[in-house]
Amino acid sequence: MECIPPVAGCSIHWMHSKTFFLDKQVLFPTLVSNLSRRMNLKGKIRSLISLLVFFVSFSSTALAAEEVRWFDPQKTGLLIGIFITIVLVFGFILYGKKKGSLKIRSIPGLEAMDEAVGRATEMGKPILFSSGLGKMERVATMASMNILGSVAEKIAEYNTPLIIPNYDPMVTTVAQEVVKESFSKAGHPESFKQENIYFVTQSQFGYVAAVDGIMLREKPATNLFLGTFEAESLILAETGNSIGALQIAGTDSTIQLSFFIVACDYTLIGEEFFAASGYLTKDPLVLGSIKGQDFLKLIIGILIIAGGIFSTLGYNFLINFLGK
Amino acid sequence: MRRQIPIVVCFVFGIFMLAQFFVSHPLLTRGYQNVLDWMQIIFVFALLVGALSFLILHLDKISKQQKEWGYNLVALAGLAAMVFLGFFKGIQKDSPFLWVFDNLQVPMQSTMFSLLAFFVASAAYRGFRARNFQSVVLLVAGVLIILGRVPLGEMLHSKIPESATWILNVPSMAARRGILIGIGLGSIATSLRIIVGIERTYLGKG
Repeated sequence: MECIPPVAGCSIHWMHSKTFFLDKQVLFPTLVSNLSRRMNLKGKIRSLISLLVFFVSFSSTALAAEEVRWFDPQKTGLLIGIFITIVLVFGFILYGKKKGSLKIRSIPGLEAMDEAVGRATEMGKPILFSSGLGKMERVATMASMNILGSVAEKIAEYNTPLIIPNYDPMVTTVAQEVVKESFSKAGHPESFKQENIYFVTQSQFGYVAAVDGIMLREKPATNLFLGTFEAESLILAETGNSIGALQIAGTDSTIQLSFFIVACDYTLIGEEFFAASGYLTKDPLVLGSIKGQDFLKLIIGILIIAGGIFSTLGYNFLINFLGK
Repeated sequence: MRRQIPIVVCFVFGIFMLAQFFVSHPLLTRGYQNVLDWMQIIFVFALLVGALSFLILHLDKISKQQKEWGYNLVALAGLAAMVFLGFFKGIQKDSPFLWVFDNLQVPMQSTMFSLLAFFVASAAYRGFRARNFQSVVLLVAGVLIILGRVPLGEMLHSKIPESATWILNVPSMAARRGILIGIGLGSIATSLRIIVGIERTYLGKG
């Protein structure tokens, strides 16, 4: 089958059949009506394929006057990388599902979650959770919500107040749902207080002022800063430090990580932040994907060393290929 | 059904976003643009939800006369004033809305931002205390970089700025890239888990 997309129509050559020329004014309605008419399966399939080819061909000519480039060769290396990542991650997910339980190294920041919740309970003070400035489309915010789900379940068991001031209205709604579900799962739906999870403002420093104010008034025993943070990270963490709260932080920004390391008791660095939900829930599927991540890191490490050696010897093929 | 539909929507759009990154067909590019436009539309509605949440929260605290409820009144008055000014006086140049923004909001934000200078000092004091070998390494590196970035460093020794640049470009960059690789892989794995529906806490129904 070959399709030539001219402006007025589309030619389709079937291997053992006659050649069609599809006129866009006439054949689109005809193909659609063919599909709805009573005809044998072969005819229906033929009409469906024609319709698909017709649609793709005309979309090419109608939407772009310039030449259509289906694939950018500059992204070849990236495509291969993504393909290997997908295969490995799903391979290890299946392995995790088959094995039932997988072991990953101990992460002190996550081990301290129980201590953080217990401390707040003993002191009779609330826990403050902030997902920072991230919106819902950010992976870090998604990871933050996943951690919130596990932490809220522990908090519900101890019946400790949980305060979540939010920067984004959408995140507020999601956080409310996540916490509500976790409280129900823990068997304490009556302890859920929607009024403690609220939208504050979309102004970066307005948000900082509000959260700092909450910290100084409510004096939470534990602060959890997990999500996307920018320049406000140190202001939040230092204020938390000044009130003597136990602080656990994690973010996807390498610049803000250094501030959190200095001002917080525990910091989730790099992939630890994204591994948190699997670590806390012990879900074999999530743990499998974390194992896949580790394996990928090994491959990247080997490639970096090989690239360094080859480059030193004057062979740049690996760097040229991976640079694509 | 309430759980399956969001997972299917997430899967379809996740695959679509991945495909449009590699395939540059105009149909996908147009689709991507449409998704971005829809995000703006959804954001406006989400903002309404946020404003409503803000209103309910503060009204509730005022009606119950909770501790320091005067601040809630100030917050609501601010919201009402800006809505009034924006709708009835416009947001053009020299409007009262912009005047309030430039003369109240901006200075307050700058004040909060300037607090960072003091917090950096207190955090640096704690971080640079030489308690063990690692802290000493951090302290020496920090001092070298601080000196290397000001004229005093070059006056003391010509090699100080060079050392500062080396620390930033070699060991610091290596550590940063190591963390970035971890973050990148973590983001991809989390995205894949979300796309295929393994990770669905964000839906509320786990």
